Amino acid sequence: MSQVPTELKYASTHEWIRDEGDGVYTVGISEHAQELLGDMVFVELPEVGDTVAAGDDCAVAESVKAASDIYAPVGGEIIAVNEELEDSPETVNSDPYGDGWLFKLKIEDAGELANLLDADGYSESIADE
Amino acid sequence: MAQRTALYEAHIEAGAKMVDFHGWDMPLNYGSQIEEHHAVRKAVGMFDVSHMTIVDVTGPEAKAYLRRLLANDVEKLKAPGKALYSAMLNEQGGVIDDLITYHFNDESYRVVVNSATRDRDMAWLQQQTGEFDVQVTERTEFGMIALQGPEAQDKIKAIVSAEDHATISEMKPFFGAQYGDVFVATTGYTGEAGYEIIVPVAEVVNVWNKLKEAGVQPAGLGARDTLRLEAGMNLYGQDMDESVSPLAANMGWSVALEPTDRDFIGRKALEAAKAQGTEKLVGLVMTEKGVLRAGLKVIVDGGEGVITSGTFSPTLGVSVAMARVPQPVGETAQVEMRKKMVTVKVTKPSFVRNGKAVVEL
Repeated sequence: MSQVPTELKYASTHEWIRDEGDGVYTVGISEHAQELLGDMVFVELPEVGDTVAAGDDCAVAESVKAASDIYAPVGGEIIAVNEELEDSPETVNSDPYGDGWLFKLKIEDAGELANLLDADGYSESIADE
Repeated sequence: MAQRTALYEAHIEAGAKMVDFHGWDMPLNYGSQIEEHHAVRKAVGMFDVSHMTIVDVTGPEAKAYLRRLLANDVEKLKAPGKALYSAMLNEQGGVIDDLITYHFNDESYRVVVNSATRDRDMAWLQQQTGEFDVQVTERTEFGMIALQGPEAQDKIKAIVSAEDHATISEMKPFFGAQYGDVFVATTGYTGEAGYEIIVPVAEVVNVWNKLKEAGVQPAGLGARDTLRLEAGMNLYGQDMDESVSPLAANMGWSVALEPTDRDFIGRKALEAAKAQGTEKLVGLVMTEKGVLRAGLKVIVDGGEGVITSGTFSPTLGVSVAMARVPQPVGETAQVEMRKKMVTVKVTKPSFVRNGKAVVEL
């Protein structure tokens, strides 16, 4: 059973989001998602300054198995991307909730957070797969 | 339920992620397929290939039967134990399977065929015996382990006597010989030196554990696929099948059209295909970010073709692929990637041998 930290919120499409304060949220993919994808070989990240809406495909995680779109869990402006992944995409596999983060968002509408799953809800959604 | 090899429990214990492979429950990886890939290129790894089908062909007309059955000519095999790669064709010149034949003597051969095509192969082998005085016997009482990598020659010490090890170390590539309970062949599917080892099922776990204790990295189907693709070796069902001519699958070198009076199955169709011209299997290298994948459309000078196998090459750090395309083929090709056309380099379909790149990036 893969780890699903309780302090995070999740999209059903396997992204997690962490509240960093001041409307800033960090986004990554869940341990379950990286397990499904296998060894990561490239991560294509959005540009800092891009504006995304909830559900937009804004990044690509390319693994040995497949290229998978990463969707913005909520809307906002991209204020940082994890440039370390350029040289070490495998960090997404080894530390998906830590150094393997993908990008940071300054969110526009905190109300959208209500559409996300909590750890229990996400655990249930992946148990059915 | 899927079939399991004798090593199933050993895979689970080693933390393998298991997947269904043509009806067999096989390890995809034991954590990281890229690490397993590097282990084979730089040191040594081992694969459970017990799902492969071992068939012994014996009898007074074993040789005549195989000369009719196979596109390559077993007449070339003189030394005992010498092995031969060949296609087995249908009458239309399509590839039923690719296989390796070991020659013990003119009345005794061992053939190793793919597991995915087992039922079709066995039916075809039996059907073609016809008037030949030959016995075709599947040997399910054996398991098989592929020990591959530059350190394979040292590690095989763990499972044979010192005396046998000295002899095995002198074996030339593409030979097989019996050492007590252990059949050792200098063959493989990785582009590295190494062995394919056939032992009685009851011994497989013991052999696996001894190799593991000697420091051999278990490797799964994921690494097996990236290693064979880097080495430019075909995968049946992907790079060729019954609808594909061996001439369009980079297997022309293994088709023996001489002597001209050898009437092997598919010969007429192949001669016609050759005269008419066929598609060609080429290599592709993409230095841009992204991964070439099977099924993607490829445009060359001669028209539109398709990627038959594609992957990220852990050794080269870029994506490589094999593609079947119409001729002529220029120095570059266009591949339709996610939403855009990308220019890639055309190469021979072989990228890495013995740990070294054989293409220019």
